[in-house]
Amino acid sequence: MNTNIAVKDKPRKNALVMFIHKLGSPPWFYEFTGKLIPWLWLVFAVLAAWALYLGLVKGPADYLQGESVRIIYLHVPAAWMSMLIYSSMAVMAFIALVWRIRMVEILAMCSAPIGAAFTIVTLTAGSLWGRPTWGTYWVWDARLTSELVLLFLYLGVIGLYNAIDEPRKAARAACLLAIVGAVNLPIIHYSVKWWNTLHQGSSVSLLGGSSIDASILWPMLIMAFAVKFYYAANLLTRARVRLLEQDLRKGWVKDLIREQRT
Amino acid sequence: MSHLPFIWAAYSIGAIVLLWCAFAPLVRKKSAIRDIRRLIQLEEPARDADT
Repeated sequence: MNTNIAVKDKPRKNALVMFIHKLGSPPWFYEFTGKLIPWLWLVFAVLAAWALYLGLVKGPADYLQGESVRIIYLHVPAAWMSMLIYSSMAVMAFIALVWRIRMVEILAMCSAPIGAAFTIVTLTAGSLWGRPTWGTYWVWDARLTSELVLLFLYLGVIGLYNAIDEPRKAARAACLLAIVGAVNLPIIHYSVKWWNTLHQGSSVSLLGGSSIDASILWPMLIMAFAVKFYYAANLLTRARVRLLEQDLRKGWVKDLIREQRT
Repeated sequence: MSHLPFIWAAYSIGAIVLLWCAFAPLVRKKSAIRDIRRLIQLEEPARDADT
């Protein structure tokens, strides 16, 4: 009877907490994400195709910018992602440094190349939009320069991580750089307010009052939603590969490869 | 000035960068699996000899 009371009194773990704990286990993470990734790619492909159809085929040209407005369906979602990925990388880097969770460390480090790719897309698409609209590919204004600094920060994190042989030591050093670099995020966001820039101010507001017409706004928002799935799918794919590389000599990896061979 | 070349260039560069970013880990995965298979092949004769 006493035993029953003890079992009843034992605190039960929340399902979400249990799920997060399971994600910390490399074999479970590898198996679970292997099933999830194809679905993430599928959702990305469907949403991106829908956004491009609305923006490039169905949508009108802007009365002032003309056809070049169609570049914003790529430029703006990529710019948002470049900052969002850096924010999530910095948060994960902080968690990895404080609680020393290897999976979070891997996820933080795998975010850097994806963030760098989005920053390159932001800068090139913005530059190609700037030529017909502003008459120049590049100006050293605060928004453009701080976005370029963001690219250098991503490259710094990638470089530092690859420069040290021991992966956990490398991740710790790179995580520290990622956290310090987060100071650039408010600079990018507020650059158009703090300084007099050629780059225009924010045209989209989360709390309503966006100054863009709905026919342009919606494809842009759908694309912004689509690229979240691109990030998730790409990040998890990279994390799985990193796990294989780091756990090369561990039993679960060898068993997995043996099963694949048979 | 026609805007079409700028639009094509922006989307082409965007597609190349994002496709490269998506496929690069798959190339690494192939190479990692090849390394693990080699490791297993090296270890299995040694393990069989022990038993």
